[in-house]
Amino acid sequence: MSTAKNININLKIWRQKGPNAKGSMETYKLDNVSTASSFLEMLDQLNEQLINERKEPIAFDHDCREGICGMCSLYINGRAHGPDTGITTCQLHMRMFKDGDTIYVEPWRSKAFPVIKDLVVDRSAFDRIQQAGGFVSVNTSGNTIDANATPVPKADADKSFEAAACIGCGACVATCKNGSAMLFVGAKVSQYALLPQGKVEAAQRVLNMVRQMDEEGFGNCTNTGACEIECPKGISLENIARMNREYLKASLT
Amino acid sequence: MAKSAFLKSSLAKKYWMALTGLFLCLFLMGHLAGNLQLLVPNNALNFNKYALFMTTNPAVKILSYLTYISIIFHAIDGIMLTIQNKAARPVGYAKSNPSANSPWASRNMAVLGTIILVFIVTHMVQFWSRMHFDQNMPLQTIAINMQGMPQEFYVTTDGGYLPKMQVDQKMIIIKDRTDFYDAAANVKIKEGYKDLYKITVAFFQDAKYGLIYTLLYVVAMIVMGFHLLHGFSSAFQSLGLNHSKYTPAIKTLGKGFAILVSLLFAVIPVYIHFFLKA
Repeated sequence: MSTAKNININLKIWRQKGPNAKGSMETYKLDNVSTASSFLEMLDQLNEQLINERKEPIAFDHDCREGICGMCSLYINGRAHGPDTGITTCQLHMRMFKDGDTIYVEPWRSKAFPVIKDLVVDRSAFDRIQQAGGFVSVNTSGNTIDANATPVPKADADKSFEAAACIGCGACVATCKNGSAMLFVGAKVSQYALLPQGKVEAAQRVLNMVRQMDEEGFGNCTNTGACEIECPKGISLENIARMNREYLKASLT
Repeated sequence: MAKSAFLKSSLAKKYWMALTGLFLCLFLMGHLAGNLQLLVPNNALNFNKYALFMTTNPAVKILSYLTYISIIFHAIDGIMLTIQNKAARPVGYAKSNPSANSPWASRNMAVLGTIILVFIVTHMVQFWSRMHFDQNMPLQTIAINMQGMPQEFYVTTDGGYLPKMQVDQKMIIIKDRTDFYDAAANVKIKEGYKDLYKITVAFFQDAKYGLIYTLLYVVAMIVMGFHLLHGFSSAFQSLGLNHSKYTPAIKTLGKGFAILVSLLFAVIPVYIHFFLKA
């Protein structure tokens, strides 16, 4: 890239040895960071520097590094996945920062997402919510039918697909002032509630998933709308409203 | 399972917040309609008649109890939400940039609500409790020219007048705050109107504190405006009413409601303090 240049940055990063250790913000200086590199590549570069200095590298989550897997996290300069919209941290580029910038890097903060080490948090609370109802029961003993045999209105299929785009990264929880997981749960409830295959278990699903969400210690939604803005996949608040409808319906019938 | 969870789940709290909030929006409209009568010139008697109706009509009574319950429920629900939401994030962020993704009012509903609650309590002490319980609540009088001599009369609920002089001379005595009794026969002859108009005007025109009361009232209405700015449309989202067809209209309506209602409420004490001749 001809427009790429190298910048020098200061970093303030949360370091915590283990789940029960007391953590703190540590300051690092990193020179010669290419603006063409991704944020995670910058952290790799910092870790190499730390290893060369015989220091403990910084633990952070990452996997596919192309915005699909939902593994990367990080609260960067006060925003989930950093200062850009519609992206995960791996899709954030260093061209978003200027020479001499001080960048704050913190883990997702939520009672339900305890810190394991440094910037890595335990997001298995999301798995347990999924297990509580994020599925459809289909008999697969040799007599499965083609999915297209069940007609689905195009508009519903599209909305369901948009909800299913949720990668479960937890940015909604991290950015919500209440630490609420309702955008995640709303998306998971909606993706099934919109399809005929999901309607069969719709009532039990929403009751179980909301119960599990509450048990995990997530906060209550107050409709600030921050989650929708910070969601890398653009999951709409409409999904929370749909969950509210589904839950009301399931509770009263 | 379903029934018990419905009462304490995170979503149930949203529904209660929304329902009580929307009911209180209706209350605000009713209250505002009543208050706006204060802007009409020479309207003291009509205002006091209205105040009597609002404190005695059985249907209004039911609505008023619903309002008290809604306020209490809305506040308790809000306190519970705030405590639980604080607990959901035991360790905060070193750097946070919330204005990048959410409106200020939406993040400060608890603070705004607390200020409104304090306002409601003081407001009820100043006006509601005086109307309901004050033993020295003044009664509506009117000055009529009798052969060139202005004389004061009590206005009575049957549309008649009682000379104030007769009360001063103890020929008629006032019992139970509003009832006129013939002193000699000890029988109730007429009933008067509590002069809520007079104490309202006196409150905001108070020589010492009138300006402060007026300013505090205006500040409280600005706070309420911000609370409504988020609260009105938020209630619909909580009840699951979000659709690209009507949500933009609800949001616009909510903003209009918040601004118009608080502005009209605030105009009244400003008019009384600065423009109304005592």
